[in-house]
Amino acid sequence: MTKTPLLKVNNAGIRFGGLKAVSDVNLELKQGELVGLIGPNGAGKTTFFNLLTGVYVPTEGSIELDGDKLNGLAPYKITKKGISRTFQNIRLFNELSVLDNVKVAYHSLAKHSIMSSILRLPKHFSEEKYMEEKAIEFLKIFSLDNVLHEKAKNLPYGQQRRLEIARALAANPKLLLLDEPAAGMNPQETEELMNLIALIRKKFDLTILLIEHDMLLVMGVCERIYVLDHGQLIADGTPEQIRNNPKVIEAYLGEEVS
Amino acid sequence: MNIFKTAKGFWTSIVLAVVFGIVMQFLITGEIINFFYVNTLYFIGINIILAASLHLIIGITGQFSIGHAGFLAVGAYASAIITMKLELPFGLGLVAGGVAAAIAGLIIGIPTLRLKGDYLAIATLGFGEIVRIVFLNIEYVGGASGMTVTQLTTWPWLFGSILLTLLVIRNFTNSTHGRACISVRENEIAADAMGINTTYYKVIAFVIGSFFAGVAGALYAHNFFIIQPTNFGFLKSFDILIFVVLGGLGSMSGAVLAAILLTIVSTFLQSFPELRMIIYSLVLVLMMIYRPQGLMGTKELTSFFKIGKSSKGGVTHDKNTVA
Repeated sequence: MTKTPLLKVNNAGIRFGGLKAVSDVNLELKQGELVGLIGPNGAGKTTFFNLLTGVYVPTEGSIELDGDKLNGLAPYKITKKGISRTFQNIRLFNELSVLDNVKVAYHSLAKHSIMSSILRLPKHFSEEKYMEEKAIEFLKIFSLDNVLHEKAKNLPYGQQRRLEIARALAANPKLLLLDEPAAGMNPQETEELMNLIALIRKKFDLTILLIEHDMLLVMGVCERIYVLDHGQLIADGTPEQIRNNPKVIEAYLGEEVS
Repeated sequence: MNIFKTAKGFWTSIVLAVVFGIVMQFLITGEIINFFYVNTLYFIGINIILAASLHLIIGITGQFSIGHAGFLAVGAYASAIITMKLELPFGLGLVAGGVAAAIAGLIIGIPTLRLKGDYLAIATLGFGEIVRIVFLNIEYVGGASGMTVTQLTTWPWLFGSILLTLLVIRNFTNSTHGRACISVRENEIAADAMGINTTYYKVIAFVIGSFFAGVAGALYAHNFFIIQPTNFGFLKSFDILIFVVLGGLGSMSGAVLAAILLTIVSTFLQSFPELRMIIYSLVLVLMMIYRPQGLMGTKELTSFFKIGKSSKGGVTHDKNTVA
C-alpha cells in the first residue's frame, strides 16, 4: 500500500452563515479503493459530496485530486478533472432518450465546433457517429441497449438508477461518487446493484466513494468506511472495526442509559 | 447508421421548401393573391422567425426569457439606421440587425442567465422595457414619433431568412451542442455534473436566439413605413412567448405552427376590433385547459413520419436523430 492517495481532503468544511454543516473532514482515498461514507440522517454526507463536486465551495480546508487543488473550481471543470457522481434523488435528463443521456456525458469528448454542426460539415457527422457508437457499446455493459430510444423517465426505477451510474461512468471519472445508490430498492434490486458495482470495478480503473444507509450493502462491498455525524468524522476503519465502534453505535442508536 | 437516409429526407424537405418559395414568388408578382393576403403572409413569416428564435431559448435551453421584443427592437432600429441613415443596401441591414441584437443578447445574457426561473423572467422583462425607453429618448431615431422606413422587405428576403433560421436552429439542436442545451433544460445540476459548461450554453442559445430575433426585427421594420418604440412593448414579447408555449415547449414545428395559426386568427379578428382580444384570449385559455402540453408537445412534425419506419421502439422524439 505505497500508492499516493487519489483524493486528499484536508480539514475541509463549509458553514452556511452560523451553521457548520461540515467541518474538519480529513479523508484519503487510494487508487482503486471502494470506500463507504455512512452516518445518520442530516449528518452532512450529501453536503460533503457537494463540496467534492464543486456545487458548494468549501469555506475552510482543501480538496486535492491527484495533487490538483479543486477548491473553487466550477462543477463542470471538476468533472473534467475526473470526479463524477450520481444523486440521492435521481437526476436524469428525463425527456431525453437513454442513448442521449449517455451522449451528454460524452459531450466533452466532442471535437466539432458549433459552426461545424450548424453547417453540417463532415466533422459533425463523424464525431456524432463516433459518440453514438461509443454510447451504444457502453450501454451494452449495463444491459441497457434494449431501451436505447426509450425516454429516461419511462424506465423502471432500478434501470433509472443503473442509467444514472452508467452516465456518471461515461464521463470517464477517476473517482466515482455514489449517493445512496440503493435508496428505494428492494432486496433483489440491491443484490443486482452490488453485482453492478463489482462489475464496474473490474471493467474500469476506478475509485469509488459511496454513501449508503443499507448496512448490508455497505458492510458487504466496502473495504473501508468513514462515519460522519453532525458534520464531523467520528470514525474510520474496516467494516469490522466500524461495526464494533462504540461511538458509531452511539451516533446511530443514541447514548446508552446507565 | 441512418445518416444518409436522414440527410436524404433533409435535402428533400429543403428542395420542397425552395419550390414552395418560388411558387409563392410567382403568385405574388403575378398578383394572383391580393395585397391583404401578401401582407398577412409577411406577418406570418416574421412571426415564424420570432417563434423559432424564442423556441431555442425557452423550449430547448429552458431559460424563461420574456423580453424578446427588446431584441426585435434592437434589430429593427439597427437595420433602419443602416438603410435609412447610412443608405446602405437592405441585405447589409438584415445582417446588421441580427448582429446588433446578438451583441445585445450577449451583454444581457452574461449577467442575467445566472438567474433562474422567475428571476430571469423579471430581468428579461426589464430589459425589454429598457430597450423601448432608450429608443423613445434617442432623437437620432426619431424618439416617440418613430422613424420612417421604406418598404424593402420582399418575399425572397423573408423566405430566405425563414429558411436560414429554421435550418440553423434545427442543426444546432440536433447536435451535441443542442443536447447540451437540452440537458440544461432537463436538469441543470446534473448537466453541470456531467461536465457541461452550463453558463456557456445558456449564453450561446441566448445569442443565437437574439440574432434571429434581430433579423426578424429588420424584416419587421422594412415591412412598415414607420417604426415606433410603442411597437415593441412587453405585449409584443408576450405574443412571441405565446407562440412557443402554445406550440409546445421544446417543439420547433409546434412553435412555427402556432405562429402561423395565431397570426391568421389575429389578422382575421381585426375585422372585429371589440371582440378580438376576447376571442384571442379565449383560444389561449381553452388551449391551456384541454392541451396544456401545447399543440405538438415536445414532438416534431418529422417524428410522425419516422414512427412508421422504425418498428423497434420507435423514435420517441426528434432529438435522438443524428443528422
